[in-house]
Amino acid sequence: MYSRAYKTLVSVPPLLWVGLFLLLPYALMFAHSFWAVQDQTIVHHWNFDNYLALFSKPVYLEVLLRSMRIAASVTLCSLLLGYPLAYYLSFHAGARKELLYQLVIVPLWVSYLVRGYAWKTILGSEGVLNGFLQYLHITHEPVAFLLYSPFAVVLVLTHIYTPFVFLPIYASLEHIPRPLVEASQDLGASSAQTFLRVVLPLSIPGLLAGATFAFVLSLGDFLAPLLVGGASGTMIANVVQSLFGAAYDWPLGAAISVCILILIVSLLFLTERLEKRWSFK
Amino acid sequence: MSRPASIRRAPLLTIYAGLVFMFIYVPVVVLILYSFNRDGVGGFPPRHFTFDWYKQLFGDGPIWDSVLNSLMVAAASVAVSLTLGLLAALALDRATFPGKALFRRLVLLPLILPGIITGLSLLMFAVFAGAQLSLLTVFLGHGTALISVATTEIFAGLQKMDRAQEEASLDLGATPWQTFWRITLPNLKLSLIAAGLLIFTLSMDEIAVTFFLIGRDNTLPLEIWGRLRRGITPEINAVSTLIFAVSVGLIVIWYRVRTRGLGNEAQELLERP
Amino acid sequence: MNSSAASSAQTASPSGGVLLEVRGVAKRFGARDVLKDISLNIASGEFITLLGESGSGKTTLLRLVAGFEQPSAGEIWMSGERLDSLPPYKRRVNTVFQHYALFPHLSVRENVAYGLRVKKTSSSEIGGRVDEALRMVKMQEFANSRPSKLSGGQQQRVALARALVNRPLLLLLDEPLSALDANLRKQMQSELKALQRELGITFLFVTHDQEEAMALSDRIALLRNGALEQVASPREIYASPATAYTAQFIGQTNLLRGEIRGSIANCGVLRWPLDVPDSLAIFSLRPEAIRLCDGGVRQSNEVKFRASIRQQLYGGASELLEVDCGGGQLIRVRISARGPLSGELEFVFSISDAIRVQE
Repeated sequence: MYSRAYKTLVSVPPLLWVGLFLLLPYALMFAHSFWAVQDQTIVHHWNFDNYLALFSKPVYLEVLLRSMRIAASVTLCSLLLGYPLAYYLSFHAGARKELLYQLVIVPLWVSYLVRGYAWKTILGSEGVLNGFLQYLHITHEPVAFLLYSPFAVVLVLTHIYTPFVFLPIYASLEHIPRPLVEASQDLGASSAQTFLRVVLPLSIPGLLAGATFAFVLSLGDFLAPLLVGGASGTMIANVVQSLFGAAYDWPLGAAISVCILILIVSLLFLTERLEKRWSFK
Repeated sequence: MSRPASIRRAPLLTIYAGLVFMFIYVPVVVLILYSFNRDGVGGFPPRHFTFDWYKQLFGDGPIWDSVLNSLMVAAASVAVSLTLGLLAALALDRATFPGKALFRRLVLLPLILPGIITGLSLLMFAVFAGAQLSLLTVFLGHGTALISVATTEIFAGLQKMDRAQEEASLDLGATPWQTFWRITLPNLKLSLIAAGLLIFTLSMDEIAVTFFLIGRDNTLPLEIWGRLRRGITPEINAVSTLIFAVSVGLIVIWYRVRTRGLGNEAQELLERP
Repeated sequence: MNSSAASSAQTASPSGGVLLEVRGVAKRFGARDVLKDISLNIASGEFITLLGESGSGKTTLLRLVAGFEQPSAGEIWMSGERLDSLPPYKRRVNTVFQHYALFPHLSVRENVAYGLRVKKTSSSEIGGRVDEALRMVKMQEFANSRPSKLSGGQQQRVALARALVNRPLLLLLDEPLSALDANLRKQMQSELKALQRELGITFLFVTHDQEEAMALSDRIALLRNGALEQVASPREIYASPATAYTAQFIGQTNLLRGEIRGSIANCGVLRWPLDVPDSLAIFSLRPEAIRLCDGGVRQSNEVKFRASIRQQLYGGASELLEVDCGGGQLIRVRISARGPLSGELEFVFSISDAIRVQE
């Protein structure tokens, strides 16, 4: 039904743009990872040194592992917060469902930076939370670990990504035909059994999508650590950032980025497989 | 319509959901509250109400310059991303060409990859091309990264569209070009608006990619970032509250547009066998 | 079923000259032959129906005529000119789609005017013709409504008007009534028939409902697995089905399988004289052709048999009996309603009503 001219006209411009501004840059990054730095300039001398450095120097591996731990914690917490919220909205909210849904979305429209900044003002030793606790005489001194720690990074990132985890889970749950739930109850299953045996399995695609999103973006995040992480909360993206900044070593930074990229793409591949297995149409 | 039997009372869940809601809103509430606090961003409780910070904000030249910059970049990004996203969605829907699967994944990558990777790649590209970092490079970064938003949204809209309408248009004598303008685009109206609003917001908000592509002129988020390095004042709360108010305003507008448009279409969906 | 039987089973089309010629058209999707060597002539002014099950190829054939698909082989000609090489928007053919495909963002009036507008017809002419078309389908008062506000039946009328306003040479209708409920359907059937008579436009109608096809058509083209099984008028196709498939698809029938030996037709318990060479044979015997025997003398051209009643389905004006002739041979008999029956009864039918059909 569509002529060749039509199909060419719609394919070529995006292909060109994406090729130029996406494919080429990623390829450049890949190339850079095999180059070296000498006297503050990048030398196109092809080698594997950067990758070897990654695996031989423990500091990089350490930061990477910490980043993965933080990302995993964020994902877990976001799921623990986001899933019940989505379940509540989908199955128990009745007429107010639409309104509540919009209310969950609204904070997403507030800048990430702004929300991170808000947490900074809350968690600091002179922040709101400490002031609150002291006001109620629950504590007498500021609690230190709240800010400039991995805890703060996890907290902020969880806050950012809970709505993002909520969205696909909610969509998944909404797609479950209510007659299935009623059938399960009709056959004698309790609410808990119905949830475990019917609702949860059918919501797995949404759950995987949300979890992947949260994990991948937390892993590569550099802002939250800069805002609230302090020295102990540095993540792998901060290392890359400094290599592109003060500690001028673009090739090494590129190598780390490529590793992160490969890690993420593998993860996406894996979850895609899992999602297919768990989606019943 | 009465409540279906499957909705039962669940007090614990309701409380839990309420707590999660509070968690989501606490920073926003604190932010707004303390923008009116004379004594700064910390401590509890806030004691002295004042508009001073807002007054200071309105006199703050650099902030408003950065707002203008952000608006320009956002507007340009919307234009480019929507156009290319529309074409890409049509291509994915209707054309077959070698490397189509790769293209689909490539377009969607910036959506799922951490911004730092996309930002750094574009930085390397800029250096490679000998370009100076400026609002133009920022625009290119946003435009590229946000194509995927437009593509996803418009593609979904295409799937929902009744193909028979395009066939009916051709059947009635309209050429493919006429069909595109008279039938396809109007049917995509909602998707285009949704995508446009989303791209606009994401661009105004963008930090990760922008961080590495910024030149001398700041966008709003980067301006705020710079301020944070220098010291925290409730003026930042004030500008954040304003951003929040504008965002909410946009959502309300979007909601109005959507339910008005949805009213007609929902009706039709009900009629369809 | 091979094509020679099909072409021999095509009766001549009614007068009016040939409008559309389908010449040896075939369509293949991947490895599947959806249409195989279809040849059909459609006369100007006739109401012809493509009838078949889903997967028979009837919709594909329609789409080929409309221009949304290209034939893999063969040609389509209209009024002496090649049709299949033209894109849909250049053909003097219009379609009424199965789910109407009305444009939701345009009013009823604008929907109907669409075809005229894209061809840059003058506004004054558009106004007049649109009003005329809406009056034809009795939708004038809805001219300014949006399609989403209309019921299914109303949308269907608008779709009809939208197609007809362009004065096409051929109107294609793709199962337009299948989405309507039974009563509305019957009503729309008679309206469509009257409309076609009045306008004289050639209608090519697609349906899977054989009752609908019989009620509406001048001719029926029965499609089976991508090939034409039989093309004839409804009365002819009912009274003289060419094959067992046709006999069973159109109306109900009893298929009697047996053989002819020594000028006697033998089908289980039933036998009658038939002067043709020995061979295997299948006969189609319609349930309404069998009567209850009221004790009269058997005529020489009749067959009598005894059978016991197995089932009786009441149908208001008539009853459908399922009877056992002996040895498990079940026959269906349709008689006018006369209250519950039971036991063994005698039945009779005329030999001429046992029509011989191909496999």
